[in-house]
Amino acid sequence: METLGYLIDGFGVALAPHNLMFGLLGAFLGTLIGALPGLGPANGVAILIPLAFTLGLQPDTAMIMLTAVYAGAMYGGRISSILLNIPGDEPAMMTCLDGYPMAKKGKAAEALAISAVASFIGSLVATIGLILLAPLLADFALTFGPAEYFALFLLAFATLGGITGKNPMKTVVAAAIGLMIATVGIDSTGVQRYTFGVLELYEGVDFIIAIVGLFAISELLFFIENRAGGGGEKMAVNKLTISWKDIREILPSSFRGGVLGFVAGVLPGAGASLGSFIGYTLEKRVVGKKGYFGQGDPRGVAGPEAGNNGASSGALVPMLTLGVPGSGTTAVLLALLISLNITPGPLMFTQNADIVWGVIAALLIGNFLLLVLNIPLVGIFVKLLSVPPMYLLPIVTMIAFVGIYSISNTTFDLYFMVAFGVAGYVLRKLEIPLVPIILGLLLGPEMEKNLRHALDISDGDWSILWNSGLAIGLWVFAGIGLILPYIVGPILRRRMQSQLAQSGDTSND
Amino acid sequence: MLTKTPLKLVAIATLTASSGLAMAYEPEGKVECLAPADPGGGWDFTCRSVGKVMEELDLVPRSVQTVNMAGAGGGVAYAHTVSKREGDDQLLVAASTATTTRLAQGQFQGMDAEMVNWIGALGADYGIIAVSDDSEYEDLPALMDALKEDPRSVKFAGGSAKGGWDHLKVLIAAQAADVENLPRIAYLSYNNGGEAMTQVVGGHVDAFTGDISEAQGFMDSGDLRVLAVLSEERLPGEFSDIPTAREQGIDALGPNWRGFYMPAGISDEAEAYWTEAVNTVYDSEEWQEVMTQNGLMPFQMSGSEFDEFVKNQIDDIEALSKDIGLIE
Repeated sequence: METLGYLIDGFGVALAPHNLMFGLLGAFLGTLIGALPGLGPANGVAILIPLAFTLGLQPDTAMIMLTAVYAGAMYGGRISSILLNIPGDEPAMMTCLDGYPMAKKGKAAEALAISAVASFIGSLVATIGLILLAPLLADFALTFGPAEYFALFLLAFATLGGITGKNPMKTVVAAAIGLMIATVGIDSTGVQRYTFGVLELYEGVDFIIAIVGLFAISELLFFIENRAGGGGEKMAVNKLTISWKDIREILPSSFRGGVLGFVAGVLPGAGASLGSFIGYTLEKRVVGKKGYFGQGDPRGVAGPEAGNNGASSGALVPMLTLGVPGSGTTAVLLALLISLNITPGPLMFTQNADIVWGVIAALLIGNFLLLVLNIPLVGIFVKLLSVPPMYLLPIVTMIAFVGIYSISNTTFDLYFMVAFGVAGYVLRKLEIPLVPIILGLLLGPEMEKNLRHALDISDGDWSILWNSGLAIGLWVFAGIGLILPYIVGPILRRRMQSQLAQSGDTSND
Repeated sequence: MLTKTPLKLVAIATLTASSGLAMAYEPEGKVECLAPADPGGGWDFTCRSVGKVMEELDLVPRSVQTVNMAGAGGGVAYAHTVSKREGDDQLLVAASTATTTRLAQGQFQGMDAEMVNWIGALGADYGIIAVSDDSEYEDLPALMDALKEDPRSVKFAGGSAKGGWDHLKVLIAAQAADVENLPRIAYLSYNNGGEAMTQVVGGHVDAFTGDISEAQGFMDSGDLRVLAVLSEERLPGEFSDIPTAREQGIDALGPNWRGFYMPAGISDEAEAYWTEAVNTVYDSEEWQEVMTQNGLMPFQMSGSEFDEFVKNQIDDIEALSKDIGLIE
C-alpha cells in the first residue's frame, strides 16, 4: 500500500508540465535514435546525456527524459527491422524474422502497429513487475554488507560475457581497461594514483566524459570515415488497415513475451537480446504448427518485441535497487545518476523517492506517449530516417561539446572527451566492446572500496568474503554466470543465426 | 535603482560599521560566486542561497552569479582563485571545513591558507557520533571505553574519505577521551552519509560519524541512536534532546562551517565591505529562515576573528593528521 502512495507521488512528479514535456521529447528522440541502424540504445542515451546538461535540467527531469529515451529506443529499434530488414539495435534482430516478410507482403503498417502494441504491452507488464519487485529488493538490500556487495560486483563482471559475448578475451580486455582507468585519482586513503600532479585528475576520470567520448565522438569519427552522406534507403509504408481482431490475436503472445522479457532483464547480464530471443522461440513453440513463422506471422513480431521491451524495464530493477546495471544501457543511466549526485541503491528509494518513483511513473506515462507516437505518427519517423546523417551528426557533436562543457566549465574536459572519442574509435576498429569499459570504470571503485571495507571489518581476515549465506550464493551465481555463456552462448547464437538464415531463404523465394 | 543601492549601503554602514571604516568601496556590475563542486552539493548551496539573500537585501548591484568549478575537492577552484583572480574584488568562493582539511593535509599542492582572504562563515552543521538502535553502547563514554581497551573493537562508517572531516571527528572525540593509538581506529569511507548510515543500521558497521543534518531521517524512524553531538551547547529545536560530548565529559568540538574566501590582493575597503555584507546576511530574517529550512545551526564569524579561526583549525587538523600518520 505504501508503494501505491509513492507511485501516486511519482505521478505528481512525472505529470508536472515540464517533466511531461521533456518525457515526450525523450520518447521522440529515443524512437528516432533506436530506428537509426547501428545506433543502439546505449549509444543513444550516451549521446543525449549532454543534452540534459546543456539544458541545465534538474535531476528528476534529466532522469525522466533519459528513461524516456531508453524506452523510446526500444520501440524505435523495430522500425528499420521491419522496413529494411536491418535491425536498429541487437535486440530488434528477432523482429526482422517476421516483420520484414510482413512488410514485403505489403503489410508494413500493420507490422509496425502490431509491434507498437506489443512493445507497449511488454513494457507495461515489466513496469508493473518493476513496481512490485523493486521495493522488495530495496528492503532486502539492507542485508548487504561490504562482503556481499563485493560478491555482487564480481557477479556483474562475471556475467559480462553474456552481455557482449562474441569474443570473451576482448570482453576481459575491455573490462580491464575500464578498471585501469578507474584507478586514476586520489584513493580512499589519500594516496595519489596516476595523477601526474595534474589537479584535474585528482578526482579521477569523470565517467560521463568517458561515455560521451567513447560512444558519441567515436560515432562521429566513424561517420567521417564512411562519408555516408547519402541518407538511408527510401522506405514506404502502406495505409494502415488493422482491425481489433488482429490486435486481440497478438495479445497472448505479447503478455508471454513481456513476462519472459522482464525475467531475462532482471537477471544481470542477460539483457534485452535474450529477452527478444526467448520471446520469439517460446511463441514458435506455443503456437506450433498453426503458425507460419518466418513468413510474416504477426505473433512472430509481437513476441520478441514484447520481450525486448519487457527486458529493458526489467534491467532497471537491479540498477535502481542495488546499483548494479543489468545491461549496457542501464550502465549508462547509472553513470548519469551518479553524476547527478544520487547514489543508486536501497537508500535511493527513501532519500530520493521523488526521483525513483517519478522515473517509474514516467515509464508508465512514457509508454502511453510512445504508443500514441508510434501508431499514428510512425510515418514521420520513417521520413526522418531518410534525413542524411550529415545533418544529424553535427548537431549531436555540438550538443556533446556544449553539454560536457556545462558540467564543470573547463576546456580540459573537452580535450579529455575528444581523447576518449579517438580511443573509442580505435577500440571499435579492434572490435573491443565498449560497454565492459564503462562497467569497469563505474564499478571498479565501488568494488575496491567494498573489498577494503570488508577487510577493515574483519581486521584483515579474507574469509569474511564468503562468511554469509548470501555471499556464498552470490559467489555461486558468479561462477555459473562466468561459465554458462561459454556453454550456452554458442548454441544460442548458432540457433539465432540459423533462424535468421532460414527466414532469409523463405523471404527470397 | 542606481541611487537606491548606495543609500541602503550608507544605512548599513552607519548601523554596523563600528570600526569606523569609510565605505569607499562598493561592488559594480556582476558579482561571481565560485562553487568548487558540481551543482547539488553543499558549496553550490552556499553560493546560491547566500547569493539570493544578498540580492534581496540589495547588497549587490544586480545579481550574484554562481559558477561551478569542480575538481580535486575544491583544489581546482583554489588554484584558479590564487593564480588567475588575484585582486578581483567581485569574486566570492564558497568554503567549508572540507577546504581547511585539505589545506591542512597539503592536498592543494604548493598552496596554503595565506594565499586567499578569509571573509566569514554564516552557519554550521555539527558533527555527531551515532550507533544503531540495538547497539550495546548507551553513551559516548561507553563507546570510548571500548576503544581504550581495543582500538579495533569499534568500527566507524562515514561519508568522507579516509582522513577527511568525518574521520577526523572520530579522532577528535577519541583524542579528547584519551584513547591511545589513534591510527589503529578503523574508519570506513562511503560515498555519502546516507550510505554509511545504511551500513550501520543494517548491522554491518558499529558506529556512524557524520553531520546532524544527514541523520534526521534515520533518527525519526528510530533506527539510529545519536550518542553525542560535537557542539558547544545543545542544539535548538527538535535536536535539544541530544546530549553534547562536552556534557558527557569529553571535550570534543566538530563544527562543519559554511562560508567564503576571496582572492588575495583586494583592497582593505573591499574586504571590509564583504565582511559587513556577510554579517548583514547572517542577521537578516531571510537568512535565518534559510538556515532553519536547511538544518543549518548557529555559527557566525567574520573578518580577522574568522581568519584566526581558520588558521587554528588548519593547525589542529595538521597536528591530528600527523598523529595518525596520514601526512608526514
